[in-house]
Amino acid sequence: MYPKDLKYDREHEWVRLEGGIAVMGISHFAQDQLGEVVYVDLPTAGVVLSAGDSFGEIESVKSVSELFSPVSGEIVEVNDALSDTPETVNEDPYGDGWMIKVSLSDPSQVDALMDADGYEAFLAEAE
Amino acid sequence: MSEPSRTTPLHDEHVALGARMVDFAGWRMPVQYRGIIDEHNAVRTGVGIFDVSHMGEFRLFGSDAKAALERIVTNDLDRIDVVGHALYTVMCDEDGGIIDDLIVYHTGDLEYLVVVNAANRETDWAWITSHLPSAVEAVDESDRTALVAVQGPGAVAVVSELAGTGWEPPERFSLGEATLDGIGVLVARTGYTGEDGVELFCHTSHAVALWRLLLSFPEVTPCGLGARDTLRLEMGYALYGSDMDRGVDPVSAGLGWVVPKTKSGYIGDAAIARIREAGPSHRLVGLTVNEGVPRHGYALLREGAEVGKVASGTFSPTLGHGIATAYVPAGLAEPGTALEMEIRRKTVEATVVRPPFVKETSLTASGS
Repeated sequence: MYPKDLKYDREHEWVRLEGGIAVMGISHFAQDQLGEVVYVDLPTAGVVLSAGDSFGEIESVKSVSELFSPVSGEIVEVNDALSDTPETVNEDPYGDGWMIKVSLSDPSQVDALMDADGYEAFLAEAE
Repeated sequence: MSEPSRTTPLHDEHVALGARMVDFAGWRMPVQYRGIIDEHNAVRTGVGIFDVSHMGEFRLFGSDAKAALERIVTNDLDRIDVVGHALYTVMCDEDGGIIDDLIVYHTGDLEYLVVVNAANRETDWAWITSHLPSAVEAVDESDRTALVAVQGPGAVAVVSELAGTGWEPPERFSLGEATLDGIGVLVARTGYTGEDGVELFCHTSHAVALWRLLLSFPEVTPCGLGARDTLRLEMGYALYGSDMDRGVDPVSAGLGWVVPKTKSGYIGDAAIARIREAGPSHRLVGLTVNEGVPRHGYALLREGAEVGKVASGTFSPTLGHGIATAYVPAGLAEPGTALEMEIRRKTVEATVVRPPFVKETSLTASGS
């Protein structure tokens, strides 16, 4: 449920490094807590984020959550398909349910994130 | 809220089914099992069951029971003169403020069963018993009564199969009895989903067996409060605490139909007659939005100025967009009126519509 090749933050986003690009989405835990996703509101490519910035909102039948970027950089690609098929976030959170790709301005920020084991320990503690 | 939440006799069943449990009106209740949209669709197309044992059940007995109840509720009990019939109504205070909405079942010659919201159970009991003459006996049966709603186009078929050959389901808004695999139940052809179906009352000691019996049908889906809310809002059914409370009268709340103009002599009659005469200043309306999900408390705007707040809001699984109710000035209550809604950072178009939001269900199809 928590792929080993990803990094995770405390807001339940995941990050996958592809060269200098960070792909981002939300974790299995986050999508399960939200329930069926009905809207994903994302920014457009070109927006520059600082670590900790909100980059959008994700909404289920019951609740709404803000999305926070754990890293800094420019958004180079947005998963526009999610506006038509938001349920992909539930069905495939680490694959087709990705949200944005960011060109990292400080790749060391990724190293500071939790690995899968660390994230699972964090979840166990939070429960 | 330091008091621990109460649990229904089905609590362990919910947990075993993997339900997500939440606190609601002082009760630990399932909000969803597999998912709200799945459960919602199960009720619109098949059969869903809901544990609503948290609701309150009071029984009134005695030769003056009808007269006493007539004084307490706004609707006309003459409409359920026939034993076995049921009536949706509200009860109000002297200012016309809604104390609760409830269903009154005419269970016997001198007997009534009253079903009230869980959140108002204590308030309602105090209010009703304080307005009863000594000739009327009231019993609070809530703690020994379990209630399971079986809802959906296939609901009555499931209950009929369990009740056996020769059993006739009660008519819509009527009450009957059945024995389901040895379990004695009261069967009310009522519900809060807009679909055909029944609500089954039984003793708490039989609740688990009844629940498992219903779930033994492959077409039956357990449903939580999440789907209950999306289903009722699609029908425009008012929810106490969101769409109405002590601060609002039934005419403003769109419930004038449970306050017959011909009836008087009930608590709040003068105040409600005055409001009717003058016309309410605000009305509860339905709203649709083409973007985002409306939620309780979001602001409604007209030409940039706030004119109201969302009372109930959700994403409609059937329609695929957001729906809401809100109190707006009476002049803005006409269907088709264009307003705006502030959904956090965005302002979206909101259009006044006449509920129900979903027009066709198994109830409309059967012509009842």
